[in-house]
Amino acid sequence: MRRDTTAYLWLGLGILVFAFPIYLTLIGSTHDASTIGRGDVPLLPGPLGAENYANAWNGTGGGRIQGSPAGLMLVNSALMALGIAAGKIAISLLSAFAVVFFRFPGRMIAFWLIFVTLMLPVEVRIIPTFQVMVDLSLTNSMAGLIVPLIASATATLLFRQFFLTIPREYVEAAKVDGAGPLRFFRDVVLPLSVTNIAALFVILFIYGWNQYLWPLLIINDRSLETIVVGLTKMIGTGDAQNEWNIIMATAVMAMLPPVAVVVLMQRWFIKGLTETEK
Amino acid sequence: MSRAAPASFLFRGTALPWLLLLPQLVITGLFFFWPAGQAVWQSLLREDAFGLRSEFVGMENFADVLSDPTWLGAFGRTLVFSSAVAFLALTAALFLAVQADRNIRGSNAFKTLLIWPYAVAPAVAAVLWLFMFHPQIGIFGRMLNAAGIAWDYKLNGDQAMLLVIVASAWKQVSYNFIFFLAGLQSIPKAVLEAAAIDGASPRYRFWTIIFPLLSPTAFFLLVVNLVYAFFDTFGVIHSLTQGGPGKATETLIYRVYTDGVVNLNLGSSAAQSVILMILVVGLTVVQFRYVERRVHY
Repeated sequence: MRRDTTAYLWLGLGILVFAFPIYLTLIGSTHDASTIGRGDVPLLPGPLGAENYANAWNGTGGGRIQGSPAGLMLVNSALMALGIAAGKIAISLLSAFAVVFFRFPGRMIAFWLIFVTLMLPVEVRIIPTFQVMVDLSLTNSMAGLIVPLIASATATLLFRQFFLTIPREYVEAAKVDGAGPLRFFRDVVLPLSVTNIAALFVILFIYGWNQYLWPLLIINDRSLETIVVGLTKMIGTGDAQNEWNIIMATAVMAMLPPVAVVVLMQRWFIKGLTETEK
Repeated sequence: MSRAAPASFLFRGTALPWLLLLPQLVITGLFFFWPAGQAVWQSLLREDAFGLRSEFVGMENFADVLSDPTWLGAFGRTLVFSSAVAFLALTAALFLAVQADRNIRGSNAFKTLLIWPYAVAPAVAAVLWLFMFHPQIGIFGRMLNAAGIAWDYKLNGDQAMLLVIVASAWKQVSYNFIFFLAGLQSIPKAVLEAAAIDGASPRYRFWTIIFPLLSPTAFFLLVVNLVYAFFDTFGVIHSLTQGGPGKATETLIYRVYTDGVVNLNLGSSAAQSVILMILVVGLTVVQFRYVERRVHY
């Protein structure tokens, strides 16, 4: 019994350490800027919640803030995250299908060409990749935000791993029935992959939403700004005179979509996480 | 491709499989092989002051980078920063996972409450910690100052380092927690019960049975955490300290960014990128060799 109590205590403390920063931010987003600026950090909600969120949403925070409207930035972030997740899943399904279910000249070369990309995250080759974007005039565009980030081997490897567990006899049966490879892909492989796609989608959506260095580099156009980058631009050098209430409301909105995805799709999230990384 | 299937279990053809591979290969070629090649090529060149001409300088950029005391400083700082982040995030996660693995009521709710910070972007995590530790507006920043400790991470380099370490580790704990918990739950309960019946104390059981069985997970997580601390924490540093004060929180990836984007020193930045690539490839190879060994026993 005593050991259970200590477990509860420690877990409670862990949850507190995780939740307190969020609580403080939520509270801050319901007060006025001067209360927070003076440093009178309140611990109970204030009256200005609706007003602050409306101002943050519309980008009408007043004089000192030149932030883009959070509503617009949220749309940009959502488009980027959905585009990255959908793009990665689509190209990976196709290439894993080709590598697993076909025998053709150059198969191993294709596999290794994809596989080596597993090793280098985009941050490592960020400057040369940026120059390629300039050469292709893809900077300041949604395509430029999305397309370079869908080149990665993780999803392909996951699908390959899964496809190898599909009984080979299915292929033979499909052949006997006169079904071609594309029909087999659509009627057998895709339906069997639904849970894997869902699991991967959760992981990739969060990966896309939380991108930072890449959007920071290739987007100057304020109308394409994502919310994570826009949020830190609002802070600047962290001056105490900032309109912190608006910034905090924006921070809450930047966190909400990915956190909601994790909490609501928890089962798929854990499946996706443990299977993509192993 | 270890599993060799008989031909009748596979489709034939050349054009179709290559067509299916085409989207991924084009994107990989354009945004992976081309830039990686460019980085290697540029690391061998040097541009004149006006960016008009560039000449081949061989390994000179690398020699310059590796003998530059400020780069070596960033390198040492990255080692300190990354090991601190990995150590904090791993120990806190392991501890919480051991608690959550107990058969207690509501353990599922606890799990949900502990995993969601995974979804918070590193840059946003930094902002949350800024709200708490800002010397003027942060509740803890003000408390520290009121208690007579001169706390201002914008002036004091050690404090800045401490803050970026804690904010980076905070965000990574839930990731490690998920993996440790999965590892703990795959340990056969019979083994632990047998040890308990033989009179082994909980602490003894942890260090002699649980911890060795978890070590593959721990090692895998160590590599993931180091890679996270090397690269993904750019957002934390950029939004909290911009590498400052001075260069107190300038890590290698931050340095690549400032040299390439702010100072436009492409040759040096490319050489630094190549060095980072070698580091990551090295880490990955170590990980794969280890994982392979694990598969065999």
